[in-house]
Amino acid sequence: MSKVKVPRKSTYVDMTAMTDVAFLLLTFFMLATKFKPDEPVLVDTPSSISEIKLPESDIMLITIGKEGQVFFGVDGQPVRAKALIEMGKIYNISFTEQEIKEFSLVAQFGVPIGSLKQFLAVKGEARTKIVQPGIPSDSAKNELSDWIWQTRLANNKVRVAVKGDKDTNYPIVKQVIATLQERKVNRFNFITSMESANQ
Amino acid sequence: MADIESGGGGGHKKGGKVRSKKQSTRVDFTPMVDLGFLLITFFMLTTSMNKPQTMEINMPVKEDLPPEEQQKIKASQTVTLLLTKDDKIVYYFVDGITGEPGVPQVTTFSKSGIRKTLIRENRLRNAAVDSIPLYRKRYENRDIDEVEYKKNIGRIQGFKNGLIVIIKASDDSKYKNLVDILDEMAISNIGRYAIVDITPVEVEMLKATPL
Repeated sequence: MSKVKVPRKSTYVDMTAMTDVAFLLLTFFMLATKFKPDEPVLVDTPSSISEIKLPESDIMLITIGKEGQVFFGVDGQPVRAKALIEMGKIYNISFTEQEIKEFSLVAQFGVPIGSLKQFLAVKGEARTKIVQPGIPSDSAKNELSDWIWQTRLANNKVRVAVKGDKDTNYPIVKQVIATLQERKVNRFNFITSMESANQ
Repeated sequence: MADIESGGGGGHKKGGKVRSKKQSTRVDFTPMVDLGFLLITFFMLTTSMNKPQTMEINMPVKEDLPPEEQQKIKASQTVTLLLTKDDKIVYYFVDGITGEPGVPQVTTFSKSGIRKTLIRENRLRNAAVDSIPLYRKRYENRDIDEVEYKKNIGRIQGFKNGLIVIIKASDDSKYKNLVDILDEMAISNIGRYAIVDITPVEVEMLKATPL
């Protein structure tokens, strides 16, 4: 406690300019960005010099995790709902209205169709904690093939993008590409990160 | 922060009775700024600005044609790249005279590795390939339009006797190797390449070649 009385001056700062800047920045971020989709597994994509951007809508995304698990997702709730209903018919599983609605909100999933009901039953936080085994895509039991086909029937404008981790083993990638070719998808995209041509 | 100290009293005194007649209407904006920055931080962390980049892949239509009708390519025009573990590539040319595969050589994905080989071999067979960067520059300077640029690139890359690359990835390779080799195709301006399955003979060749 000082004995000398310090002359107190007014420390008034006009903050209006600061708030203007803050809200301008906020508006920029709100308009120029899109929410990051919830990913079931973190994928580190390899880099390439290609500068073509992914189109905005009607994308069917097949993600391959590092261990070779295959995840599937498509844009558009009605497309997801229709694909689910058709898949249910093929595999003799009937989904309730509630489950269909729940499914149409899921961006990406990676469980065999047999476990899909249980997967949808778990809600919220707990669902992100489940370790998803991936959709079977081996030649004996190729559920991925059926998902691709039903999605294309539900929305024939859909474009296919494959997102793989850089350390994924090649055989599973070969299997996914072979599945796509079987279903007559010969043009698709690999999602990559940016790289300059000098590397 | 914005501390209103001078007399003239802006805030309420304890007890609720405002004594001074002159009331300052200065509002403290600091919490507003805090809120603004909190929202900015939220949006910065949960959204992404850049759209993901992609590489376009065109696979040939898988038809079961009898061998006579399948497209014939001269084996001597080709180089076969076998992608194997530890990011290594084993490649071999086919001898034009004997038709036998040449000695397999090992290389890497670096600039002085496969890229040097591909550019050299492509240049040997197709002299026009050196003019591709010139066309690209002219396109960037807007001297020629996109249609003409693509037409010229297509013509040079599709040259009949140019290098044809056959890519076969072994089960030990990674997805990254496949993407990198497709990148090298784009960088070296290889017009014709194909991704095919590896044969058992080549698997043996890989086992026999020291890396």
